[in-house]
Amino acid sequence: MNAEQISGEYNFAYLDEQTKRMIRRALLKGLAIPGYQVPFASREMPMPYGWGTGGVQISAAILVPEDRFKVIDQGADDTTNAVSIRRFFEKVAQVETTEKTAEATVIQTRHRIPERDLHEGQVLVYQVPIPEPLRFLEPSEVETRKMHALEEYGLMHVKLYEDIARHGEIATSYAYPVKVEGRYVMDPSPIPKFDNPKLEMAGIQLFGAGREQRIYAIPPHTQVVSLDFEDYPFQRMKAPKCCDLCGAGESYLDEVITDDAGGRMYVCSDTDFCRERREAGHVGALGVAEDAA
Amino acid sequence: MAMASEALSGGFSDAPRQSARAFRAALEAMARPGEMQQLADLAAAPAPVSPAAATLLLVLCDPETPVHLAGDHDRTEVRDWITFHCGAPLVGPGEAAFALGSWQALGDLGAYGLGTAEYPDRSATLIVEGMGGAPVTLRGPGIRDSRAAELPETAAFQRNAALFPLGLDFYFCDGARLWALPRTTKVTEAEAV
Repeated sequence: MNAEQISGEYNFAYLDEQTKRMIRRALLKGLAIPGYQVPFASREMPMPYGWGTGGVQISAAILVPEDRFKVIDQGADDTTNAVSIRRFFEKVAQVETTEKTAEATVIQTRHRIPERDLHEGQVLVYQVPIPEPLRFLEPSEVETRKMHALEEYGLMHVKLYEDIARHGEIATSYAYPVKVEGRYVMDPSPIPKFDNPKLEMAGIQLFGAGREQRIYAIPPHTQVVSLDFEDYPFQRMKAPKCCDLCGAGESYLDEVITDDAGGRMYVCSDTDFCRERREAGHVGALGVAEDAA
Repeated sequence: MAMASEALSGGFSDAPRQSARAFRAALEAMARPGEMQQLADLAAAPAPVSPAAATLLLVLCDPETPVHLAGDHDRTEVRDWITFHCGAPLVGPGEAAFALGSWQALGDLGAYGLGTAEYPDRSATLIVEGMGGAPVTLRGPGIRDSRAAELPETAAFQRNAALFPLGLDFYFCDGARLWALPRTTKVTEAEAV
């Protein structure tokens, strides 16, 4: 019995063909209007909203049988959300899966961009909770849509200014708003602002918000500028440490509490990046050399 | 009933997988304006529809997307094929989500829906049969620096790009190949070497 017969109850990649066509049309318009949120008729998926239903629907609409699929949650391949989405597509699309960023053709991500630069031919699919960058400033969809139409983004700058007035710096540290190709202000999903400069990349970036029913996209080599002020320029931010496992100084780090006496360690949030470095012989302060292990 | 059987054939034998592959090529094309994509899985529609254009129709059109057939493409065999395979309503240029025809037949671009300021995605996608024309240089999202291409004319595409974020998006088809030109691409006449 081959894999196709085993999952015979499901259409390839779970969704029915008409739904895929609807999502595919939205994706094409999204690419044609970078940063603009295209409404789409989001479907019920066999997982709750907030678990990446937007990303899953996009992945289902773009996956081909020959893809190698990778899923990360906050950079990690081995967390519940990542594991269950990976298994889902192994079952319903019979695609090969991988944990290696370099070998993946489609990467679905929750809240991180891989450390390794993506290349042409790779697609990054983001899971987005709230796609509207102006939503916390203006609750009405009618109003925010009008603001995007009129390119009326003053309110967002006021918000960033208030950050400076209150905290002395722009305190927004994730979901940091960007302007795409000089036109639409866009929420890059809750990635740390450390990742913002990587939004200009060679791969295709697709964003899906299932509950909010929005799809948007950034084509390769598209200008993506983090909003800032001349006297308060955008700054990346990370813990001023090195990874305790692999010693990397330039990667985004997670802080892990190790005991109840204030002990802590810092590790790469991108588990594949960290693994690659350790396999290459790099060892951090608390790490164990690969050969000895 | 030769005509009817022509209308009934030419679809995919394994629609989910074949349309997934074809769509991926269409997605790459729209993400990288001017870059040629070769389709492996092809649909076959009656002449004069090219295999690439037939595949786009099959992958993207359904009862929710009104289709306009321009000029030579507006013939019974093609209408029957689209009605059977896509179920798309056939309409005039003003209401069309997709339009299919040669560049000449598609005519005045002002006739097609450009979207609205609040919903610029509600604009038509034009599937142009045939490639070639005057050499042009493309710049914009999806293009690292610039890319060379050929277009039947430049002024119409410059006017279209000036409407951004409104505007039309284009696919150019020939045989099993296609490339795309979204509204964001800036077109200039290629400098003489």
